[in-house]
Amino acid sequence: MPMDAGEIERLIRARIPDAQVTIRDLAGDGDHYAATVIAESFRGKSRVQQHQIVYEALKGEMGGKLHALALQTGIPER
Amino acid sequence: MSIDQFIDNEVKSNDVVLFMKGTPQFPMCGFSGQVVQILDHLGVSYKGLNVLESDELRNGIKAYSNWPTIPQLYVKGEFVGGCDIVREMFQAGELQSLLKEKGVAANADSAA
Repeated sequence: MPMDAGEIERLIRARIPDAQVTIRDLAGDGDHYAATVIAESFRGKSRVQQHQIVYEALKGEMGGKLHALALQTGIPER
Repeated sequence: MSIDQFIDNEVKSNDVVLFMKGTPQFPMCGFSGQVVQILDHLGVSYKGLNVLESDELRNGIKAYSNWPTIPQLYVKGEFVGGCDIVREMFQAGELQSLLKEKGVAANADSAA
């Protein structure tokens, strides 16, 4: 069962309140998304740790209900 | 040997290990295929482990790294990332620096 973009954004923002989240539905099928998550709270963390936080936010949906989420994370430019 | 010990042994006894769907010759998933292309482009020798051959391995590697998706790249025992991170690092030249820092030989010096 596909997930809608609004739900993905809601889950990410619930876990990372300061995140700027941009989501694109790549194939228009509600199953292949690209997300960019920018958060000040990522500062000092490795890319792996940043992605792990986003995956945690998605509560196990990643790799399951959510088949493909291309993820890019970063910190805001000062 | 438990699956966790098996994985630990693989990532520690090989310089570069890619857990993937399919094999380096025949990737069965576009994300795995992208990482294969990057490693081949850099001329890095690596060991590919096909998670489609074993559900135990497929689930075991996700638990080992606390990472929900395949592919997963390891260099000198350290988890580097999945497809997105590897691609981003490659494009920024960081993957090449990491391999160099860790003393892993790459034949084709970065075309980037």
